Amino acid sequence: MTATVVLPTALRGVAGGRGEVAVDASTVAQALDVLAGSLPQLERRVRDEQGVVRSNVMIFVGEVDIRELSGLATPLADGARVYLIPAVAGGVVSARWVPGPRPAAGPLKGGV
Amino acid sequence: MSDVILVIGTRKGVVVGRGRPGHGVWDLQPLQLVMSAVYGLGVDPRRTPPRLFAGAVSDLWGPSLMHSDDLGRSWSEPKVAPVAFPKESGAALVRVWQVQPGPASAPDVVYAGVEPHALFRSEDGGTTFSLVAGLFDHPHRPKWEPGNGGACLHTVLPHPTDPKRALVALSAGGVYRTADGGRTWEPANNGIQAYWLPEEQRFPPFGQCVHKVACHPGRPETLFAQNHFGVYRSDDYGSRWEAIETGLPATFGFPIVVHPKEPDTVYVFPLSADSERLPPDRRCRVYRSRDGGRSWEPLTRGLPQAGYHGAVLRDAFCVDTADSPGLYFGTRAGEVYASGDGGDSWELVAQHLPDVLAVRALAPA
Repeated sequence: MTATVVLPTALRGVAGGRGEVAVDASTVAQALDVLAGSLPQLERRVRDEQGVVRSNVMIFVGEVDIRELSGLATPLADGARVYLIPAVAGGVVSARWVPGPRPAAGPLKGGV
Repeated sequence: MSDVILVIGTRKGVVVGRGRPGHGVWDLQPLQLVMSAVYGLGVDPRRTPPRLFAGAVSDLWGPSLMHSDDLGRSWSEPKVAPVAFPKESGAALVRVWQVQPGPASAPDVVYAGVEPHALFRSEDGGTTFSLVAGLFDHPHRPKWEPGNGGACLHTVLPHPTDPKRALVALSAGGVYRTADGGRTWEPANNGIQAYWLPEEQRFPPFGQCVHKVACHPGRPETLFAQNHFGVYRSDDYGSRWEAIETGLPATFGFPIVVHPKEPDTVYVFPLSADSERLPPDRRCRVYRSRDGGRSWEPLTRGLPQAGYHGAVLRDAFCVDTADSPGLYFGTRAGEVYASGDGGDSWELVAQHLPDVLAVRALAPA
């Protein structure tokens, strides 16, 4: 499957200035694995070395947060668009990203 | 004489300046690594050109260790993660707190102290690092607690002449040392008080909240430590510590610095207490001892002496290695002061910066 990873402006500098990167992947995790090989400076800004998505980074497939889907195991259809999105809440956010449904309260409260 | 390169790590980026303490205006470059908190700075004068390091962490995009080979005009990182825990460790880097070049006999060795508590070693001049397993696997590690700033290994002191010896300090794990190149480590906290414990338990073998340790490279067996309450001296590389607090207005603080030409001249920046992290009497005062800690004197000339609320963090006080060394400290109020006369007088080098987390200075060769 060919998917497109769409980058926020802040990450384009570690992707050769590109705003989109095409990847051959059938899940979100595989898409990030592809980036780890081709653009490792980009991938490690999204996941830590244990493969955990950084707490203030959100990933959407189409219009849906993968926390409401199957997390990193979310499948990608051919032509899917994967959006890497920085959290917009201010200040310090302590909640860790966990796979599965979004917590009822939502993790992105304003900071201190 | 050429300029000193002054590297200032702040809550929101790094600033590099050029100038000479005591000689007027400093040329400060614009903020770089914008919106990254720069806790760990390093300068390695053994390389040509010297290499600068910045342990930078973004709230959004995580940590990295950047380096500059053009004296701070630009910063870069290798394609592979410069500092990363191995998969089997189960740990992930939070931030780099300390970057320390190795001894002169190992010109490509650079150490990085990180959070969570761990030491990394580079053998390629600081481009890539490997975990020092002997410390990470230490049986004490599960009992080390995080300090208020985090579970940080914030001090690395490679022995200047014996490449198999090194000393590290952790909050709140205490001081540890190795004599076999990092394979094994032993705690070295005898005499250091952990004030928060019940009275009969206040001198544990480890777990103290040491804030910084410093030594003179020509006398590495003599160590000076600023603790979470307590200033200490050891004359046997940490086997035994004694308090050296007489004459200080408070025993809490973060940095401790040894004059590079005078092994008995030591500097601290006291704060009132952990519950009041502000200068005593709201006066900006560096304290200097010229007799190895037996007595202390306040240094005030050029520093605000009323209504002052800035604090100096553990790596925000440094010296350069010029023939006539400069001293530099940065404050959480976004200022940097410098002294070209051993601390007798100070000048304002920078102000209105984000809060200063670290400073390092590189004197011209």
